[in-house]
Amino acid sequence: MDLSHIFNSKKFFSIAICAVLFSFLSFSAFSQEHASSDTAHATAAGAHDAKPEKEEDISKVILHHIADSHEWHFFGHVALPLPVILWTDNGLVSFLSNKFGHNDHGTELLDVDGTKLVYYHGKYYYPESVKSADGTYIAYNNKGDIMNTKPLDISITKNVVSLLISVTILLVVFIGIANAYKKREGKAPKGLQSILEPIIIFVRDDIAKPQLGHKYRGFMPYLLTVFFFVWLNNLMGLIPFFPGGANLTGNIAVTMMLALCTFILTTVNGNKNYWGHVFTPHVPWWLYPLMIPVEIIGLFTKPIALMIRLFANITAGHILILSLISLIFILKSVLVAGIAVPFVLFISVIELVVGFIQAFIFTILSALFIGMAVEEKHAEH
Amino acid sequence: MTLLALNPLVSPDPGLFIWSTVAFLILFFLLSKFAWKPIVKALDERERSIEDALSKAEMAKAEMAKLISENEDLLKEARLERDNILKEAKEIKDQIINDAKDQAKAEGTKLIEKAKDEITNQKLAAMAEIKNQVSSLSLAIAEKVLRKQLEDQDKQQALVNDLLKEVKLN
Repeated sequence: MDLSHIFNSKKFFSIAICAVLFSFLSFSAFSQEHASSDTAHATAAGAHDAKPEKEEDISKVILHHIADSHEWHFFGHVALPLPVILWTDNGLVSFLSNKFGHNDHGTELLDVDGTKLVYYHGKYYYPESVKSADGTYIAYNNKGDIMNTKPLDISITKNVVSLLISVTILLVVFIGIANAYKKREGKAPKGLQSILEPIIIFVRDDIAKPQLGHKYRGFMPYLLTVFFFVWLNNLMGLIPFFPGGANLTGNIAVTMMLALCTFILTTVNGNKNYWGHVFTPHVPWWLYPLMIPVEIIGLFTKPIALMIRLFANITAGHILILSLISLIFILKSVLVAGIAVPFVLFISVIELVVGFIQAFIFTILSALFIGMAVEEKHAEH
Repeated sequence: MTLLALNPLVSPDPGLFIWSTVAFLILFFLLSKFAWKPIVKALDERERSIEDALSKAEMAKAEMAKLISENEDLLKEARLERDNILKEAKEIKDQIINDAKDQAKAEGTKLIEKAKDEITNQKLAAMAEIKNQVSSLSLAIAEKVLRKQLEDQDKQQALVNDLLKEVKLN
């Protein structure tokens, strides 16, 4: 199916531009703070390690910022401890993440209700029985992979808190405007309703209807939920401090969950025509041994591409911003900030567009895949 | 798998996966039930009502145009009617006048005729009267003249002689 009409659509661009301008107004101030707060982070991390700053350290800092965390770091040494919930061999254990201090070098044994654990680089492991040569309870194999087994970590991490915040915001906002629709039945939209209504209509008219045809109605709730969930979390990821800052849509577990939802919907709703394309492709029969496996792989590559596209785009944006900030520390001159900060501002604005576009692309591709699954048989092309 | 294990970024965290699945499904069901359903319904309904209103407005416009043209037709008809009535009235008036004139003329003629007859009759009567008067007068006069004439015997004799003479000639 040809997607170019979507990008040529005037409506899409006008909405994208509106989104950019609107977001620019509200978030340009934040981007400035993003820069300064990240500076603080980097400084703190540098001081903490008390090692000469090397590029390796910078990349560690960046990866640390992008990764999930058991505490919500605000500034300096101020952080919100979050509950750790582990499914260990001895059952469920839970404690606040600051209960055993902030040692994540794996050198300390933690005794949680009789279960011995070790905290290493932000993760909880079962300790080795003896300390290794570098003073940790962590053992590596010859490839450098950690050999320790892990308990199942279902902690309320930073990303989970961010997830719950975003879910709450979405529920409050959309149930609120749904009530507004009920209360002001048949009247013109007002307030928040009038901001979100064009976007809802955009999802319906430019995403759902072109891909799903007359069957769009049943898939509207899923597409709208995905669109606003991804968009809101993309935007929240760009806010450098508390309610945002978690890299939720840049986390592969979340994008995997979303892609899996689309995959399940596609598979469950796939009709005879769809499965016919997979198992009896329109090629000479002797190509079947080649084509059927390709088609079956194709079933899985589509959601995997969805998963990786969103994850990679959002993560790349975060890495880009953090790298620009880190230039100040790599070049060891505060003057670099004069170039780095405007660049960060610029990239942040681009990220706002990317945040919208990725939400849009995720939703439209989901709609496209579902559309292919429910498409009625028609003349071959 | 070594690539996945090497980079923590691309190894999905089971905890977050579980939490996000739970949260997303709850979000999906709550929003579907309490938000998207009423919103999409309201949007559809509003669109329908706007379409209805537009088509109704169009219809009203057409109706209006129809009414106006009808009114014009009515007006035209009324004018025509008025003109007709006026024309008819004029005709009737003319006719009445003409009739009246004719009648008056006829009546006049009749009266004149009658008058003429009367006059003739009166004239004839008067003539007859006059004739009677004249004859009686002439008789009286003749009587008186004769009486006078025949008072003298000689003269009577002379006259009879004359008359007898005349008879002889015959």
